[in-house]
Amino acid sequence: MLRIDSLTTDHGQVRAVDHVSFDVEVGSCTAVIGANGAGKSSLLRTLSGLVKSSSGSAHWGDIDLLKLPTSEIVRHGVAHVPEGRSVIAELSVEENLTLGALWRGKDPDVAVTKSEVLDLFPRLGERLKQGADSLSGGERQMLAIGRALMARPKLLLLDEPSLGLAPIVIEQIFHTIDTMRKATGLTVVLVEQNAVSALGIANHAIVLSLGKIVVSGSASDIASDESLRHAYLGY
Amino acid sequence: MQQFIDTLILGVSFGAIYALMALALILVWRSTRVVNFAQAGQAVLSTYIGLEIHRLTSSYWIALIVAVIAGGIVGGLVDLLMVRPLSRHSGTGPEAAVAPVIGTLGLLAIVQGVVGIFWGGEFRKYPAAFSTDAISIGGSRIPFSPFDIFIVAIVLAVMVAFGFIFQRTGLGLAMRAAAFGSEVAQLAGVRTGRVRTVGWSFAGSAGALAGVLITPNVFLAPNSLDLLLVFGFTAAVIGGLESMVGGALGGLALGLGLAIVLQYLGSSFTFMAAFVVLIVVLLVRPQGLLGKKGARRA
Ligand SMILES: Nc1ncnc2c1ncn2[C@@H]1O[C@H](COP(=O)(O)OP(=O)(O)OP(=O)(O)O)[C@@H](O)[C@H]1O
Ligand SMILES: [Mg+2]
Repeated sequence: MLRIDSLTTDHGQVRAVDHVSFDVEVGSCTAVIGANGAGKSSLLRTLSGLVKSSSGSAHWGDIDLLKLPTSEIVRHGVAHVPEGRSVIAELSVEENLTLGALWRGKDPDVAVTKSEVLDLFPRLGERLKQGADSLSGGERQMLAIGRALMARPKLLLLDEPSLGLAPIVIEQIFHTIDTMRKATGLTVVLVEQNAVSALGIANHAIVLSLGKIVVSGSASDIASDESLRHAYLGY
Repeated sequence: MQQFIDTLILGVSFGAIYALMALALILVWRSTRVVNFAQAGQAVLSTYIGLEIHRLTSSYWIALIVAVIAGGIVGGLVDLLMVRPLSRHSGTGPEAAVAPVIGTLGLLAIVQGVVGIFWGGEFRKYPAAFSTDAISIGGSRIPFSPFDIFIVAIVLAVMVAFGFIFQRTGLGLAMRAAAFGSEVAQLAGVRTGRVRTVGWSFAGSAGALAGVLITPNVFLAPNSLDLLLVFGFTAAVIGGLESMVGGALGGLALGLGLAIVLQYLGSSFTFMAAFVVLIVVLLVRPQGLLGKKGARRA
């Protein structure tokens, strides 16, 4: 289980995450939604050690995430796909994927994982030798997610996978995440501004505003509560 | 015409050494965004260590190996003990980019001072592996010695080895990932700090080899490799600072160009000519001959 308790993160004077507490059950998906600047990315970046927390705690099972350097979290089953189609443009598609499993060393199962990832995203398979900079936006997002999956994570932190993508691509990516979670028992924290799509595949959801949790509950309750939708989700 | 060809031949072995120095500077630049001025000092220190080992063992090869290893150790230590703490303590402001560079300049002065104290300031001769006399084929002399052939061969071998490491091994992938996308690399599990230190270490070894190879044709003194630093940096800039192939071609181009200058204008012009090339490239094609537009950050 992912347990986040009173987690607080500051960027200098700006309090980006403000005493946030929530739990995510193993095998479930929690959507984190909120407007621009709500602190969604800061929350994920704190969990993966890219920014330091000011106070509070975050545990994945019995692992204290806040004590781990970023490079170690993946060795404890946590993979983070940061915001903005984060692939390494100077590397080929295949190298980006290989990078994701580099820490696994000579593990013969890496080849299995790779073929699983290529089954999920066949378009990547057709472009293995191409530079990652030659991919379209949607393909880059697939590669970013593929890179994370190469680690065979137990907990996947996804930051706005839908950002800037066409509705059909968004649907495809969300469907992939959903299928994978159900098939493998993956735990997912899904940060999204696209609340409709996110609530569609999440079990639970929290709504962040100015760093604080303003609403939390089951995804279906939140999706059907009209006043909530007007107040925080803008639809 | 014959003279012109001779001139070009002369430029090849020097060009190979500039390429090696360029490689050292590029390795550091792309992993750390620091122009390592101390590289001249690190190379000179390694070369003196080689000279000392040669005095003790009379073996060129043991001296060469020890110098290259020493260069690697010194390079790694410079990152660990100076550059890393400097970048950490200067935060993220504009000074963060400046502090490590000033640090390497300071270190250059310190290393040269220390080398001067230990070995004195007088010019030393460093031995060559093979004869440095020009070869003659069928009665005509070619201004290329067996030692020059050795230089070109060993530099080629080193470049191929580095190319292999970078393109074909996990370590190389980790190094490129850390250099070009540090955040993604860390999230993928790359221990970027260590990988970067390995880069400094490789750079230190390449610089040491450049020092050992060039000194038999010039001489050794605490500051005798400053010029090599300038030439190496120029070669790196010609190649676009990011690409090792670019740096290698840049070194070769510069070696040939400076040989022509040396032949037709005289040795007092080579230093100036290198700077002219440096400034012209920065003005006209700042991304280097091979670099992509806008590729150079910082
Ligand atoms: N590196 C930083 N330095 C200073 N302030 C930052 C930094 N990163 C984020 N912030 C601030 O922290 C707050 C939360 O930002 P964050 O990126 O976490 O929001 P977000 O919910 O991910 O927004 P978006 O949906 O636009 O991605 C914002 O006010 C932002 O300006
Ligand atoms: Mg964000």
